[in-house]
Amino acid sequence: MSRKSFAEINEKIKQRRAVVVTAEEIIEIVAEKGTAQAAKEVDVVTTGTFGPMCSSGAWLNFGHSEPPIRMTKVWLNDVPAYAGVAAVDAYLGATELTESGSLEYGGAHVIEELIAGKQVKLRATSYGTDCYPRTEIATYISKETINEAYLFNPRNAYQNYGAAVNRSDRTIHTYMGTLLPNCGNVNYSTSGALSPLINDPYLRTIGIGTRIFFGGTQGYIAWHGTQHNPSRPRGENGLPFQNAASLALIGDLKQMSTQFIRAAVMEGYGVSMFVGVGIPIPILDEEMVRYAAVCNHDIYTNIYDYSVPSRSRPVLAKVSYETLQSGNVVLEGRKVPAAPLSSMKTARVIASTLKQWIVDGQFLLSEPVASLPTTASPQNLEIVGGA
Amino acid sequence: MQIIKAFLRFPQEHFNKPITWRLIKEYNLIINILRAEVAPNKAGELIMDIEGNEQDIAEAIDFATHEGIEFRILRSGITLNEGSCVHCGACTSVCPSGALTLRRDDWNLAFTPEKCYACELCVKSCPVRAITAVMHLNGTVLAG
Repeated sequence: MSRKSFAEINEKIKQRRAVVVTAEEIIEIVAEKGTAQAAKEVDVVTTGTFGPMCSSGAWLNFGHSEPPIRMTKVWLNDVPAYAGVAAVDAYLGATELTESGSLEYGGAHVIEELIAGKQVKLRATSYGTDCYPRTEIATYISKETINEAYLFNPRNAYQNYGAAVNRSDRTIHTYMGTLLPNCGNVNYSTSGALSPLINDPYLRTIGIGTRIFFGGTQGYIAWHGTQHNPSRPRGENGLPFQNAASLALIGDLKQMSTQFIRAAVMEGYGVSMFVGVGIPIPILDEEMVRYAAVCNHDIYTNIYDYSVPSRSRPVLAKVSYETLQSGNVVLEGRKVPAAPLSSMKTARVIASTLKQWIVDGQFLLSEPVASLPTTASPQNLEIVGGA
Repeated sequence: MQIIKAFLRFPQEHFNKPITWRLIKEYNLIINILRAEVAPNKAGELIMDIEGNEQDIAEAIDFATHEGIEFRILRSGITLNEGSCVHCGACTSVCPSGALTLRRDDWNLAFTPEKCYACELCVKSCPVRAITAVMHLNGTVLAG
């Protein structure tokens, strides 16, 4: 049985001899040649996803004004940013809304404008100290004028995600989009066989320090994502039926592109952000090629009733991504239109861009410096007395 | 026979005139009203599919214009800004007419303007706000 190490694959990448295919292309290669031969021939499989990922945001350092200010409250285009860290650092959350009261503009829009090179209005206040005497500031910044600007997204690239339907008799607006009454539509948000963590279900090759495609540039996996839940029930192929593992990602905002980071407005819910993520899967052995060759026919997800306003929503059905991607799902004997919230078109662009970077020798694989937890279940927040 | 999608804006003084009835009766038009809105003391707006022979449609447009009704031929009830669309597909599951679909080969959003019912469900379901309704009551009518 053929085995390859990260170092051996990287050597081939440097020599531009690496064989790199996307997570869609590997399916046909394995169908044609079998896993043993595919594992021998293919070095890397690239993945991609481009969906709304609410748990995202940017760390920014504005530099010091004259006289300097210890920023206590910060707004960017009237969107509040968290400034409880040192003098001129702030974290701008993607879902933070403008103080104007609109649900149409928020942190993700500011992030998109910064990436686009636009000027953004910075306003900050302070109580003034002996070392930081200024008490207020209003100016304009852009990615060219500030110091660090990097996305640090606490929870991205979920390994699978439940699909959403609405069994009530009124239209509801959710982070899973507009859901029409009486099971009028099904929305889902995963790129199926192209989705990064679907292609390495047990996180054998993906860990802290893994270099990835992130927002159009090279970024890294910083940690496991919040609510990381690899202990979910899995099918025989190792894949969970709902949101399981997740990743915390980090990367340079200044190098990103608005093709791969876009603000999103979910009607009646608020602001989110489309984030483009691609992870290379090294084909270390036959087991990895088997995982990477999974097809939509064998990837299942639960459909949840989002009209039940509970953390435990009822499951209506379990469907494959092949069915979801066909555009119709049969629910309670009726054909219901199904649509993705994540762009398959952009997911493909990400997988093929990452493939090209590796083929061109511009992107080397990094072996994880530490593994991500393989067992973990998030806790619920209980309401207790005395608070 | 010809089928067009039309936008009509009525000034308030026309509220009590049966304009649609006259279009049907006097110009032999088959009319399917897709959307209608009336704002008190302002104006009324209609989006309709009109089927008829070319000459009847032309004469009906002359009649409406002569009556002081703004009459515009639309391609669709919405405009899609293709530059900002990310082809996610969120609009496709709420679209009842089949005007908005995802192509299964390249996953591009495909828009067939003639099929649009002008229901506008897609407008607010689009996360990147790439879709605009043609009908803005008492606002500017965009080129549909």
